[in-house]
Amino acid sequence: MSKLIFELSSVGRRCSELPPLDVELIEFDEALTRQSTPSIPEVAEVDLVRHYMELSRQAFGVDNGFYPLGSCTMKYNPKINEETSSLAGFAQIHPLQPESTVNGALQSMDELSSALCEVTGMDAFTLQPSAGAHGEFTGLLLIHAYHQHRNDLKRTKVLVPDSAHGTNPASAAMAGYSVISVPSNDKGGVDVDALKSALSDEVAALMLTNPNTLGLFDPNILEISRLVHEAGGLVYYDGANLNAIMGIARPGDMGFDVVHLNLHKTFSTPHGGGGPGSGPVGVKSCLIPFLPKGTLHPTEKKLTVSSEFPIGRMRSFYGNFLTNIRALTYILSLGGEGLKEASENAVLNANYMMAKLSDLYPVAYVGPCMHEFVVSCQKLKDETGITAKDVSKALLDYGIHPPTMYFPNIVHEALMIEPTETESKETLDRAIDVLREIHALAYSNPQVLLDAPKTMPIKRVDDVLAARHPILKYTPEGAQ
Amino acid sequence: MASYVVNTKEQREKMLAEAGIDEQSFYASIPQDVKLQRPLNLPKGKSELEVLRHMKHLASLNTVYDVVLRGAGSESHFIPAVVRQLSAREEFVTAYTPYQAELSQGILQSIFEYQSSICAITGMDACNASVYDGASAVAEAVNMTGDRKRTVALLPKSIHPETLETVKTYTQWLPITVKEVEIKDGKVDVESLKSLLTQETACLVLQQPNYFGILEDVEGLAKLAHEAGAKVIVSANPMTLGVLKTPREQGADIAVGEAQPLGLPMSFGGPYLGYMATTTDMVRRLPGRIVGQTKDLDGKRAFVLTLQAREQHIRREKASSSICSNQAHCALTAGMYLAAMGPQGLKDVATHCTSKAHYLFNQLSTLGFKLRYDSSFFHEFVTDGPLSSHKVEDVLSSHGILSGLPLDETGILWCVTETSTKNDLDRVVSILKEVLA
Repeated sequence: MSKLIFELSSVGRRCSELPPLDVELIEFDEALTRQSTPSIPEVAEVDLVRHYMELSRQAFGVDNGFYPLGSCTMKYNPKINEETSSLAGFAQIHPLQPESTVNGALQSMDELSSALCEVTGMDAFTLQPSAGAHGEFTGLLLIHAYHQHRNDLKRTKVLVPDSAHGTNPASAAMAGYSVISVPSNDKGGVDVDALKSALSDEVAALMLTNPNTLGLFDPNILEISRLVHEAGGLVYYDGANLNAIMGIARPGDMGFDVVHLNLHKTFSTPHGGGGPGSGPVGVKSCLIPFLPKGTLHPTEKKLTVSSEFPIGRMRSFYGNFLTNIRALTYILSLGGEGLKEASENAVLNANYMMAKLSDLYPVAYVGPCMHEFVVSCQKLKDETGITAKDVSKALLDYGIHPPTMYFPNIVHEALMIEPTETESKETLDRAIDVLREIHALAYSNPQVLLDAPKTMPIKRVDDVLAARHPILKYTPEGAQ
Repeated sequence: MASYVVNTKEQREKMLAEAGIDEQSFYASIPQDVKLQRPLNLPKGKSELEVLRHMKHLASLNTVYDVVLRGAGSESHFIPAVVRQLSAREEFVTAYTPYQAELSQGILQSIFEYQSSICAITGMDACNASVYDGASAVAEAVNMTGDRKRTVALLPKSIHPETLETVKTYTQWLPITVKEVEIKDGKVDVESLKSLLTQETACLVLQQPNYFGILEDVEGLAKLAHEAGAKVIVSANPMTLGVLKTPREQGADIAVGEAQPLGLPMSFGGPYLGYMATTTDMVRRLPGRIVGQTKDLDGKRAFVLTLQAREQHIRREKASSSICSNQAHCALTAGMYLAAMGPQGLKDVATHCTSKAHYLFNQLSTLGFKLRYDSSFFHEFVTDGPLSSHKVEDVLSSHGILSGLPLDETGILWCVTETSTKNDLDRVVSILKEVLA
């Protein structure tokens, strides 16, 4: 196990030093200054380098290997994106510079917004939301503002399918709505009859992921959006799964009024071990008047001109700008045809893996999938005791990042597999072989799987201990 | 055109044949009326060389200033090369959230170390793995403090206006009412605060140093809030914490802030880093990811995402926030920056900032610029002077210097960091002197 950087610390050791102060020293009164030196590490540059190099060897990114983490679209992150986003003309500009000195930033935001409008069929975008959940929250505030503005004050509920990401109901609650869960039908789509009975003049919106978290495109989408609209509600598109349909179908043409995208999924920006992402929100024209401050005005093309009735602002400044530069770079690289090609290959790769695995790992809902599919390990568990978690931990020893486990909640012992378009047939074939081998081991030698992983720096971790006796920071005694 | 699809056309056909699947069937569930019947109306894909050319052109349309004297939530600080180089390691950059602990110890440990360093500089007990930025951190902190009886959040007009807007945006449909505390001489007006504190007050938010760069009497104000039973949220610039009293020492129950100064470039406003730290008894109200230390089956130290019962994927609509993706890579970078600077380096940066800011003010005062508020400031200050704020901005801009931020006709909010030399600051004064002459 690696030492903590605090355990490498030695009093007086220095890494980065400033030049001598070239003006008169000003110091604060003792009453204002801290009583003790902060116990942050004291290390030399080489200590720092070797420490983080060691940590990097205990991390696993797309650059290390196959990462079929369902719902997360872990496609390859092109290197050109890193180069463009680190250009001084983007990275070294102040957000409050005079607007006349940032024409390139404004133009890049405009180019990205326009491209996202075309891909989704929406009328305008705000690039301010910083992640998918932030986009959801933004979108629901827009919906809330829309109803209020029309003096339609009875709408207090948001409908969310039971297969949805947990962020959907959580974002709806932050926007002041109570959440009504809509059951799925036997094909994994929205149960239209249940939807009908849930709809009323108290419903503000339906939030939908399409293709949904089972990797299935809902064939009733037009009826669903029509029903919601007839009841006076709006339809929200969770863009987590847009990677399946670029150039093939557009949320704007399905009846969605507001969408969020995850640029760190569909548009190849790296996920950084948990962020930063970017969650732009696209709207139909009826919602443009409510876009947050800090949005490039759709017609004036300025950041200093606000919409008519802004919902406020979602954070400081204009969003994760450099992440947005990466996404624009990606879109320019691929072009319209390239985006479609990406989606087609994402769907092909998923269907190929599903066809070659479904005899051993039954698919929860049968039929061609889109860019991902969900299998259930329930039968495996019943017959061998090996769970979805055991299969996942075994994959680690083969150098494959496990799929998303235990989601969506409506599938027992779920594994959600999303290969993405940037993986080769050879990579998919090996993963298929490995998963089949693990399946065989479950019957012949389950103990091997229960003991996995064996090649990682640590064995399986004690989650319960972590939560019962939280140790959330280094202390010289507590960490030994 | 660039394409990151790996398989050749032949391979794709082979895949279809081997698996016995038909490409058309994949899209059978998409209704005809929904299918896009034309190509996307986007430019054709471009080669890397062409894309780079285009992006360089866009970047060249932005002015990169040699000297930056503007802050107001985004600061120009020195970033050691080691921080830039090391944080760019692909294993860090291209990893997802560390759901699989055994494969992600490096990411988890980097966040644990970040949490530890933030606790060290703020004096708090526990810290989360980050939120989107400083403004949303304040909003999330406000959401941590409300309950059935205490529903009012007090925010003084001396906090960053975009923070105030963000808090109002976040809370607009929640059972929390934002009330603004008046200011006097650029600081919280104690009388105004006293008149607003009641049994319904959930929290008082203070920014230290405040929007105008002035040091608030956080200790005194926190005492008043605590006497009324309210929580105190301090939004502290982390760059000051090598020198100034910690938020904890000043009475904070929750310390938050914008950690962009810790190794992140200005980047036209993002990605930035909202840090959030609190006391042990409030830790279960923190939003977002938290990394904890535990053991593996062999009893070895290990790190894991923990206290997840607070989070959206478990609690759904009852979660403390909807946040899922955060700013983890920015947190890794900030943790690295703090280790590169060490306690002495952090103190030196703070001292340079303060000393240089006072030097610039002293020089400007020889030209007739006066402090708008006669109070102790850290490295930002507001002047009124003999030239209009926009004139100052224009003149300095033409010399490659980004002036302080014009607040109104004459008011300018300056920010001076360690990146400016005495020579730079003297140039500012001589340029303005020439205009006045």
